[in-house]
Order: sequence, then C-alpha cells, then structure tokens
Amino acid sequence: MDEEKRKKFNIFKLSGKTCIIINVVFVMLIFIAMIAHIVIFVANNEEEMINNSYNSRQEILLSRNYRGSILSRDKDVLAKTSFDEYDNESREYPYGEILSHIVGYADKGKAGVEYLGNYYLINTDIPLAQKVRNDTAGRKNPGNNVVTTLDVEIQKAADDQLGLYRGAIVVTEVKTGKILAMVSHPDFDPNEISNIWDDIINDETSSVLLNRATQGLYPPGSTFKIVTALEYYREYHSEGIDNYRFTCSGRYSKGASSISCYHGTVHGNVNFFSSFAKSCNSSFANIGMSLDRALFDQTLDDLLFNGELPLDIPYSKSSAYVSEDTSDSLMMQTSIGQGNTQMTPIHLNMITMAIANGGELMKPRVMDRIENANGSVIKTYENESYGFIITEDEAATLKSLMINVVESGTAPKLKNDNYTAAGKTGSAEYGNVKGDSHAWFTGFAPAEDPMVAVTVIVEGAGSGGDYAVPIAKRIFDEYFRQEGIIN
Amino acid sequence: MQFYIIELSKYVLTVLMCTYVLTDIIALKFAENNGSSLYYVIQNLIMVLVQFYIFLVLTFVSSDYRYLFFFTFIQVFLFSTLFLVTFVYEHVNRLLLNNICMMLGIGLSVISRLSFDKAVRQFVISVLSVIVGMFVPFIFSKVKTFKKFTWAYALLGITMLGAVLLYSGVVHGSKISFTLFKITFQPSEFVKIIFIFFVAAALWEDSSFKRVVFTSIIAAVHVLILVASVDLGNALIFFVGYISLLFLASRNILYLISGGLAGVAAAIFAYRNFVHVQTRFLAWMDPWTYIDSKGYQITQSLFAIGSGSWLGMGILGGNPSSIPYVADDAIFSSICEEFGVIFGLGLVLISLSCFATIMLIALSVHDKFYQLIVYGVGVIYIFQIFLTVGGGVKFIPLTGVTYPLLSYGGSSIMTTMIMFFVVQGIYIRLMNIREKMRIKEEKQKKSAQLV
Repeated sequence: MDEEKRKKFNIFKLSGKTCIIINVVFVMLIFIAMIAHIVIFVANNEEEMINNSYNSRQEILLSRNYRGSILSRDKDVLAKTSFDEYDNESREYPYGEILSHIVGYADKGKAGVEYLGNYYLINTDIPLAQKVRNDTAGRKNPGNNVVTTLDVEIQKAADDQLGLYRGAIVVTEVKTGKILAMVSHPDFDPNEISNIWDDIINDETSSVLLNRATQGLYPPGSTFKIVTALEYYREYHSEGIDNYRFTCSGRYSKGASSISCYHGTVHGNVNFFSSFAKSCNSSFANIGMSLDRALFDQTLDDLLFNGELPLDIPYSKSSAYVSEDTSDSLMMQTSIGQGNTQMTPIHLNMITMAIANGGELMKPRVMDRIENANGSVIKTYENESYGFIITEDEAATLKSLMINVVESGTAPKLKNDNYTAAGKTGSAEYGNVKGDSHAWFTGFAPAEDPMVAVTVIVEGAGSGGDYAVPIAKRIFDEYFRQEGIIN
Repeated sequence: MQFYIIELSKYVLTVLMCTYVLTDIIALKFAENNGSSLYYVIQNLIMVLVQFYIFLVLTFVSSDYRYLFFFTFIQVFLFSTLFLVTFVYEHVNRLLLNNICMMLGIGLSVISRLSFDKAVRQFVISVLSVIVGMFVPFIFSKVKTFKKFTWAYALLGITMLGAVLLYSGVVHGSKISFTLFKITFQPSEFVKIIFIFFVAAALWEDSSFKRVVFTSIIAAVHVLILVASVDLGNALIFFVGYISLLFLASRNILYLISGGLAGVAAAIFAYRNFVHVQTRFLAWMDPWTYIDSKGYQITQSLFAIGSGSWLGMGILGGNPSSIPYVADDAIFSSICEEFGVIFGLGLVLISLSCFATIMLIALSVHDKFYQLIVYGVGVIYIFQIFLTVGGGVKFIPLTGVTYPLLSYGGSSIMTTMIMFFVVQGIYIRLMNIREKMRIKEEKQKKSAQLV
C-alpha cells in the first residue's frame, strides 16, 4: 500500500503515452532544426561552394559551358572567351594591362571579377531550347555575362595619369558604392598570364599581382588628419573647433620628441580650419595631445580600422592603434598619420565616401548585374548601405574642412569653374631616408552634392599637393565629362 | 532529346517527390485504420515513375540496355513484395510498406547511377531481405516466448560484437566487418535488433532500480565494445536507443535526464582522450582549414549539396564520386547533388513519416514488451538518419553510418528490413487481436439481443 502510494505521487513518473510523445516531439524539433540548417546552407552558399577551387564541379560546368564575358557599365567587353580554328578556348582581355587587377585573370587561379563572378561566368541561363540546339550541334553553351560598374574611360584616364609610377587609384560613386575605376601599378598583361606567371611568381620584389588599391598597406600621412579632426570634433564640438588657436614655429616638441612640418614650413598663427587646410603637422601634433586616447581608439573602430571592411574583393586590414599606454611620441606621430598606422587606399576611399554621403557608407561593389548570353538580366546587385559610420553632423564638419583644403590649402590645383572639389592631401614619409614620401590625395566632388570620390596614392613621388592632386583633377574632369557636366 | 530528358528530370523528379510526400502526410491521418487505398495506389505509381525516369536517363546516356532490364527486375520485385505481403497479411500497415518500397527503389536507382555492380549486389540482398522479412510476422503470430530469452539476447549480442572486436580486420581505422564466403557481414547491424529485444525483455515487467542498474551494465558492455572497435556511429545509436528504451520502460524522466548527462560526460571524456574523436570534432568545427585532410569528406559532401542546390545538377550531371564512401555514408549528399535538395529533403520527410507511423503503432500496442520493441525500432531508425544526414550537412560531426534502405550495404538493408517487419508483425498481431475482440463483442451483442 505504502509502495503504491509513493509511486502515485512520484512527479517524475509519466504515462507511457507521454513518454512516447516527449520522444516524438524531441525528434521533430531536432529534425526541424536540421532541415532549417540545410535550407539556410543551400540558400546562402551555392555560389561559394561552386567557387571553391577544391570543388571538382567547376570543371564539369566548364566542360559544358564556356566562360561568359565581363563587361563595363557601358557594355564594353573587358574579358571574353575566344576560339581558334580548332575550337580551342582562350581568354581575351581587350584592354590588357589597363584593367589587369580589377578584372583579374582566370588561368593559374582566379582574381578580380573573374574570381568574384566565377560562379555566374561558368553557369549558363540561356533558354532550354537554345541549350538543346547547342547540345545537338555539339557546341558548348555560353556562360552568363557579368556587367560591372567599371567605366573604361575613367579607368583609362586613371591608368594614364599614374603612368610609370607605382601606386593605386580608386574611383567610386558615393551614393551607390559603385566602383568606377581601380588602378594598381605595376600591372601585368592578363592575356599573357600563363606565359609570365613563373616570372611573376619568382620575382619576390615586384609584387605585381598585388592589387595595391585594396591590398597595399601604406602609412596614410596627412590624409589621416581627417580621423584626428573627427576625434577632436567628437570631444570638443563646434565651439572647440571655432576657438582653436595655435602658433606654428615649424616644429612641435613635447619632452624629448618633436614633430616638424613638411619641409620645415612655418605656418605662424593658425586656427583649426587653416591647420587642416595647410596640413600643419605641429598644430595637429598639438591637437593629438589634447585627445582622449580611449575615445580615439573607439573612433578608429567606428572607422573600420583593425577590422573587416564591407568589401567582396580580397583586401588587407588597415591597422591603427591608440590606447592609454601609447607614448606621447607615438601619439604625436599617429595624429599626423605616421607612426605604426597602415592603411589601404580603398579604406581611405570608403571613409571619404562616407563623409561625402552625409556619414552613410555605401558598400563598394564592382558587380552590377548578371545577364545571360542573350542579354536578359538574371540577377541585379542592389546598392547596399553599411550604415552611418559617422553622424551627419560630423560628416558636414569634415566636409567643410575638406572644401577649405581646395579653397585655401594644399590642393589649390583642384580649383576650377566647373565643379567644387573637396579633399585632403598627404605626403607620407616612409623608410628611413628623410624626404622620401608617398603622395596621397583623397577627396570628392561636387562639394555641394557629392557624387564621386577619388583616392590616389603615388609611391615615392613627393608631396600630395604636387603629385597626387593633379592626377585626381584629371580623373574628376573625366568623370564630369562622362556625366555630361563639362565638355 | 536526351538533353531535354535530363534537364526536365530536375523538375519532374522534384514534383513527383513533393506529391509523394503530400500523399504520405494525408495517409498518416488514417494510418491506423488503413483507410482509402487510392492514396496508396498513387504512391505506388509515383514510385515507379521516379525510378523509370532515373533509369531512362541512365539508359539513354550510357546506351546500355542493361539498365532498362534492371529497372524491370526491380519493379517486378517491388510489386511482388507489395502484393505478396498484403495478400498474406491482410492487416499489414500499407503506408509503412509503401514507404519501405519507395525508399528501397530510390536507393537501388541511385546506387545504379554510382555503380551498376553494386546495385546488382544490393538488389540480390534486398530480395533476400524481403524473403526473410516476410516470415517475421508469421513467427510473431506463432511464437509467444520472445519475452523469456533476456539473457540469451544479451549473450548473443555481446558475443557477436566481441567476435568482431577480436577477430575482424581493421578497415579505415575501424573494426566493423567480417568476411565469410566472400560475403561481408557487419554484425553490429544485426545486433541492433537483438539489443532492442534484450532491453525490452529485461525491463518490460520490472523497472526497479536494481534491475535498471543490472541492465544498464550489460547495455554499457555493448556500447564499450563498439567504442573499442572504433565504431562510434553505432556506439552512439546503441547508447541513444538504450536511454530511450529505459525512459519508456521506467516512465521516469530522471533516467532520461541522467542518461543525457552521462552521454555528455562520455562525449567530453572521449574528446579529451581519443585522438580520432578530436579529429572528427575539428573536422566538423572547421572543415575548410583541413580541406586536404580530415575535412575532406565533409567539404566534398558540402560541395555536392551546395552545387546541387534546390533542383540538383540533373541525373549524371554532377560528380558524386568525389565524396569518399559515397554509396555507403554519403548517399544523401549525392542525392542532393543530382536530384536536388528538395528531393533529398523529401526522402527525409518520408523517413519521418515512417518514424511517425511506427510511433503511432507503439502508442496503440498495450503489451509493454511489444510496445518497447516497436518504439526501440523507431528510435534507432530515426536516430541513424539524423546521424547520417546531419553529418553530411555539417549539422553534427560526421560518424559514418548508413542511411537505412538508401545506402549501399547488405547488412544494413537486411537489418532495416527485419526491423520494419518486426514492427509489421506486432502491428498485424495487434490488428488480429482487435478483430477477435470485435467478433467476440458482436457475438455477445447478438446473444444479448437474443435473450
């Protein structure tokens, strides 16, 4: 009796039916989770799976389809598959070196758009009837075409302007994130990739295959003053900027360390605007010393330093560190973009884009849409916002600082009657030899309603104002010619 | 023409599979009373069409008419099974029978695409398995003493597993199989059935703490031998099967919880102490880093599924043989690759429908011993599918077990078939008892009316 009573009141005892139902519910939940996992995997990863070089199905697709073409935004052919009289396929790049890095290559591995769009290029979406006709005739099907955002004329102008210098140029539309041009020098002829491959790989010093625009890490020099100025505005607001005064003697010292202005120029009495416009190192070292280092570090994070960029093209991570432990000497260096800071041109361009676009960063993209061989659109890439990396207020302040650089600062060569440009120059010293510097410029136009952002770096050329600004000017001119704003 | 057929196969097969799953769901509603037979006929029709399409493509592309003959043989086999079983056993569960034939047919078709020789061998084993299975319900109606052989089951199971551990050769790092007269046996498959009978016999009457401890020790011996044989998949299946059976036998949720905790503890212990467990775990966590070595099988499986996408690359359009052990362990991935993920998920849903049917039968069986057996079969069947599908899609670490009825492997087919016929046998027994009761009641009513 006692035994039975105890059993009855044992709350852990269930009926057989309940046990089976618990088991069935459990199994159903696990299977729902597993099926959801499969569905999510297939929905998100088909492209990535096919693109992986370990996936043998690429060859299967290529045995049935030949690679589609890569086209510019005006539908100029940037890459196509051609056939000789024996039906041997080869990849042809009509513009050769000019688009080498961004269009890339498909032999000896893949790079550029050839890599990004590989999935679509080797798949075909022509109508079934057409496939059948090709099949019966023993012909391969044409792969889909990738229409890019690239503009051949702007790319040509950029490539031409960089000339024999090493360096990189990035041109983007600030409201859409479209990459209009991307140049990296030294370049190579993708038509000859299989012939020159061994030479390129064996030459360890040239780094020809490196896309300097996204993978080249450079000291940002004075262009980094944009970041320092932003941090100053965040801490001291408009009043701080309006009330800032400094007397430049061509050198700023604190303890044992000192910072000199470029070529020892004495800027005299400066305010915040003229410090930025004339790129006064002494004044910015002074500004840097007044900043909260923990907050500065937060701003670096906001501006995507030391982290991932919203970018599909392979890139290097920029690095910049400030903390409570940063020495005064390094803090002064960092404030003017020297020290340990390293940055890619595309990253600087993205910060410029955000400033030009009221703080909102549009994800840079080179793929515009996928079309089948008959020109029907298969897939369109939408403009994608990464969100506001700085506030509208901050963007407006930085914009007015950058307008001043053209009006009364280091980039007077950008003054013209057709459009108002804004930007920041930089002369980043590198190596140990004093005076060797990379020429930087990053900016946008028209200042009233920004459309395009241009970032230029010319390795070892000299000052940004002298070497990078004129290049940017030609590119802006070409852009506005394309847009029909100037003739 | 050939091209049209291949391209269309993606759509046709997907639509056929979806229709089949739909009829399955509808039929599940009246699974207990074997209602309208219209759905069952539709299912059989779809079964033939799916296989016909697959073999049509295989024949066209290879111009090898052996495929068409083989197709005919399979259909003769499947339909004789359907007719014979329903003829001999009036009360057989048609839905379960249909699903078995559907899976078996698709399995044979898919294996034909991978290797004709393997498919023929699989076919022979399937025929044998059905013949053996056919007798099971008959035995269940005659033999009443299954409950009494508790210790014989334990002895037989442990002996078979122990023999494998001691005498079998090492294949791919595991001791799993025996080769006798050129036929390879995988005793752990057969022991699954014996094990279910052992646990059911040991616990159906008495689930006192003492009894549970004693049974658990013997169950643990099974699992430990499998662990020692490096047959982790089966060790897991036995473990989960035992905990589930213990839960239903004792009806005490504390056993379920402590069993679960013991499982977690064992997993952590195994991870800390066995290199091959760590390898599997790492290959699961980050297969892309080890794509050349331990991550190879899982990444190739993911490539297959990802490349196949929803509708598949078409029959013969993919490269399923790039996945290691494709016919045994990775059949689900190869199906997703060429027939599409929707088709593959359809098969998983059919398996779930089998599981649901088995559990419904378990609910209506009142004899606790038989209830435990039906339930045990259901749990082991669905858990094995979870392991093989989940492992192939990187949902859980890969354990290398077969997909029952789809994968290549004689022991697996034979065991699954016997397990399903055991369920059928118990179901038929139940229906016969019900019918007797009904007749009795009617007689009583009649006599009552007469009075």
